[in-house]
Amino acid sequence: MFRFVNLALGGVSNGMIYAAVALSLVMIWRSTRIVNFAAGGMLMFTTFIGWDLVQVHNVNYWAALAVATLSGLIIGGVAERVLVRPVETGPPLNPVIVTLGLLIALEALAGMIWGNSQSHSYPPAYDFRGYTAGSHHLFFAPNDLFIVITVAAIVVLLYLLFQRTALGLRMRAAAFNPEVSRLLGVRVGRLLTLGWAVSAAVGAVAGVLAAGTSTGYVQPTGPFDALLVYGFTAAVIGGLDSPAGAVVGGLSLGLLLSWADSYIDNNIEPMYALVILVAVLMVRPNGLFARAAARRV
Amino acid sequence: MLKIDEVVTTYGAVRALNGVSLDVEPATITAVLGANGAGKTTLLRTVNGLVRPRSGRIVYEDHDLTRTPVERVVRLGVAHVPEGRGVITELTVEENLRLGALWRRDRKQMSTSMAEVYELFPPLAERKTKSVDTLSGGERQMLAVGRALMSKPKLLLLDEPSLGLAPRITAQIMATLRTLRDEQQMTVVLVEQNARSALSVADQAIVLNLGRVVASGPAGELAADEKLRHAYLGF
Repeated sequence: MFRFVNLALGGVSNGMIYAAVALSLVMIWRSTRIVNFAAGGMLMFTTFIGWDLVQVHNVNYWAALAVATLSGLIIGGVAERVLVRPVETGPPLNPVIVTLGLLIALEALAGMIWGNSQSHSYPPAYDFRGYTAGSHHLFFAPNDLFIVITVAAIVVLLYLLFQRTALGLRMRAAAFNPEVSRLLGVRVGRLLTLGWAVSAAVGAVAGVLAAGTSTGYVQPTGPFDALLVYGFTAAVIGGLDSPAGAVVGGLSLGLLLSWADSYIDNNIEPMYALVILVAVLMVRPNGLFARAAARRV
Repeated sequence: MLKIDEVVTTYGAVRALNGVSLDVEPATITAVLGANGAGKTTLLRTVNGLVRPRSGRIVYEDHDLTRTPVERVVRLGVAHVPEGRGVITELTVEENLRLGALWRRDRKQMSTSMAEVYELFPPLAERKTKSVDTLSGGERQMLAVGRALMSKPKLLLLDEPSLGLAPRITAQIMATLRTLRDEQQMTVVLVEQNARSALSVADQAIVLNLGRVVASGPAGELAADEKLRHAYLGF
């Protein structure tokens, strides 16, 4: 029983990171109905920027995190404006393919700048040796606590932004009904750019957090592709349309993977994610938090 | 107030509007009548900038609207109540109303406008924090009109406000339009298939058929023209 709880503790921080990636995907899905495969590439690239600052230029961890987040804002906004906007009016598959292309391009670019084969370590924000309870050693460290608090803060901030501010009201309106929003004077185009920027910034934070865990590292492909897959799984479990679902999906996935890794075998982790995904979709085809389609009269 | 001059709007090869002209005086109600596919909705969408005309000119006050994007047209005081109500069902009643006045960036104005809308449509006041999903068709239409009024428009464009509503509610909406014209000097352009109720409040009317104006004049004259009524208005 202790081991079970301890493994759950060990899964929480990873789960929160998946939740953040899932949130980043859900934000874009909600506003544009695009599955943003480039999210993995963007957060890889911004984490590399952070890594370059911290490890190569000896910049402070927090400054590097801030710069990585800011670059996320810029990359996300520019990607929407320059790459996605021109193809958005065409068939719905086109922007999705564009995001796949951007993912590959970013991976190639990162490989050209920072090298493809080496894996680099990223320092954690805090100690990742676990706390102890009596004689027991917990799978939960100060760094995990930091991850949990950071993602929780992101969730709260996003909630306040969307539910409590005029800007958030505009962003929701633009997502739900772009044409009516334009009739009400909402500048929908700008809000889409902003939505992509915020989404990529959330991804950027998730990338830095993931790279700084005990098992994390930085490489153009590999760790961040896996993070994209887990984030996407979490988002789909939650219903793809629901921010709360993204958080619940991410946390559930974190816990389940932690148990499966330890009780079964940790070499086939992506398989578990797939099994969980299929199992959830068999029971709830629209995800856990899908709301019934609104009746439109 | 609004001058539409020989406007042609096309969707691909289809000429939805084929040289439509219309003059609207301030503080009047103009009814735009005609059957399905006559070009009524396209006319409104062309005026407010959702679609661009292929040729012709639209002048509102001193502004040329012909190439003005819809977000700017709204800021000039033109509000549009789209067909099928166009309320955002995922938001609450109050959020829908707030959206109508957000571009003004004026909080005081926002709360006075909201109080006025609630006074005009009491059922909305009872459901402020409810999701629009829970509203009836009539309440949704009230919300759509109320939301347009939130921006204190000088020109109000309405697209088929009577669609799917009970006659009593339609009459209420028409009475509201008359009040807005008489008490707030609002100018209204009303697109309707329900010609009888539209003519009951309108000062002037035009009848569209296949993108052309087939009749225009004071509302009373059109309503009295039996041939026209039988041919285009269906009553």
